[in-house]
Amino acid sequence: MGDWERSSTARVIPPVRPRKLAKVPFVELADGRLQGVVSSGSDIERVYVSSVAAGTYTFACSTNNNRPCGGARGCFCNHIRALIDEGILQYGTERVAHYLRVEIADGEPSADGIIAAMSATRPSQGDTAAAAPVFTRFLRHLAYLELAPTTAPLPEMHWFPPTRVVA
Amino acid sequence: MRADLLGGTVAGLDEALAAVDAFDQALVAGLLRPHPAQAAGLTQLAQAVAGTPLASRVAEAAEKVAAGVAGEDQFVALAAGRTALLGSVHDALMAQVAEATGRPRSEAAVPVHGEQQAANLLAADRSWLSDLARSGWQGLDNDVVSGAVHVVSAMLQDPALRRLATLLDGFAAELAACCPGSALERFPARRWADLWSRAMLLTLPGAVGPPVTGTATGRLLPLGIDLQEHATAVQAQVHAVFEPADGAVPRLVRASVSAPKPDTVIGAGVWQLLRPHMSALAAVSEGRSADVADMPVSAEGDLIWSDDHARPGKPADPFAAARVALPIATDAPTAPLDRHPARIAVPVFLEGFAVRKDDDALAFVVAGHPLVVDTDRIPAAGPLTPDAIAASGACIGLLRWDAGSFYVQPLAVETTVRKKAVAVHAGGWAGGAPDKDGVKAEKAATDAMLVLRERAGRLLRK
Repeated sequence: MGDWERSSTARVIPPVRPRKLAKVPFVELADGRLQGVVSSGSDIERVYVSSVAAGTYTFACSTNNNRPCGGARGCFCNHIRALIDEGILQYGTERVAHYLRVEIADGEPSADGIIAAMSATRPSQGDTAAAAPVFTRFLRHLAYLELAPTTAPLPEMHWFPPTRVVA
Repeated sequence: MRADLLGGTVAGLDEALAAVDAFDQALVAGLLRPHPAQAAGLTQLAQAVAGTPLASRVAEAAEKVAAGVAGEDQFVALAAGRTALLGSVHDALMAQVAEATGRPRSEAAVPVHGEQQAANLLAADRSWLSDLARSGWQGLDNDVVSGAVHVVSAMLQDPALRRLATLLDGFAAELAACCPGSALERFPARRWADLWSRAMLLTLPGAVGPPVTGTATGRLLPLGIDLQEHATAVQAQVHAVFEPADGAVPRLVRASVSAPKPDTVIGAGVWQLLRPHMSALAAVSEGRSADVADMPVSAEGDLIWSDDHARPGKPADPFAAARVALPIATDAPTAPLDRHPARIAVPVFLEGFAVRKDDDALAFVVAGHPLVVDTDRIPAAGPLTPDAIAASGACIGLLRWDAGSFYVQPLAVETTVRKKAVAVHAGGWAGGAPDKDGVKAEKAATDAMLVLRERAGRLLRK
């Protein structure tokens, strides 16, 4: 066992990086997908739930009321592209490429490179079954804002030091 | 501080940690049907606590797990055995720390809490933790890990359950990011076993404190702020010397404030989240003392902060406090269940050291003895940087221990900027950021929060 394996405060997940949230308020690597929520550019009440699956790159995009996105016919729509861009800003190119299992042949992977590599495989369009659980996860994420702070100590947080090393 | 006294060997320490490692390896493979090597690891843990009141329960648990007939009670017994062993390591290390700092240590016993909490939720947690133990870190998959989601969501609603909820939330997120376990090349074995066994014990009635044992009236001289965070929670702890108004001996206290958060609230955003709930944060940024009256306090020296019981005091230099008040202040005792090496965070003051830099590592050489500096632990949203630490001549820090050695986490340093001596605090932006970089960070964080609140206002409760 090395020092990392014997460390109580070993850093396991790199911290997320700051990004502007206006266009894509929520993005995550979870359930075997890069998935998230993209705000509609035209209607403030509407959001799109978009996702790309790891490995197969099967994609889906629909509104939170389960209406299909007009742009996502046969290829990635602009919502999915925005989702990938913002996912890369938040998690770093390498982590996103690794999670989606995208092999970048030459040089530094970039957002355009990842999108091109996935598009080249002519991924299929999935159904919108994942939209409801992703939207639920987004609401759960927002609900953290409503939880009350406390001034009773949480000794367990000593196991969670900050880190300056980003992905 | 005598850094030389931190280097010596502690009798029995290696043996205790070897037994912990043996158990931790068993947990990597899982306890459902352990191989002989893992069963031996459990026996090693049982033998290490053979002279304690836990002896028979841990031995019985090790046997039952080896035979493949273990249940929740046995997992709890093993978690207790491991915790007791690390408790003894904590005590031995703290004896060394006390010699090095030369400060008196309070001998007061910390009473145990007796309150019964939401039993159903705690039983659900215990059941999830038992599933985790059976599958082991190698057997992690999304099904096992996602079992925590609903119970954690329910627990977060109740501030009384915040300790366990926050722990499980951070732990489960880490496990989820590492699925499937079969694809991992290495495991943070001690860390995950720590989190697993702590969570297991916190599900037991009476485990969660701290009981408030009194009130504090007097003057608070802040030393600095320790920030802790995972993706969905943050806590800031102000370390301070408390001078009681009745003239009693000054003692070390902490004031904590914590909040759950969305994972995109980061950097200066965490200060914005915490700032309105504890004026002690601003006291550090402004270089002030705070006057407290009848502030609830636990035997562990944790103030249960309420702004109603505090008002801003006179300007006070933390380095003056560290030089004059800290050496004579009494260290608080640690609650029995919190005795763990990772919980050691002892305020120390260092000066007259040489700075040694090799590759990425930084060390203060104190009277010929190097003390490693953990620069990674300094929050990015603050004015303190590794360069400022490398150029410093005095440091207020927390003495910590991890992976076999002591190190220091800087809270503030005295350094020279443009030929002028200045103090730079890790938590300098806690109360508000005055400098250019800080203002920029505050603006970005404010924008992010506005978007999230707007989205929440429009989409939640629909």
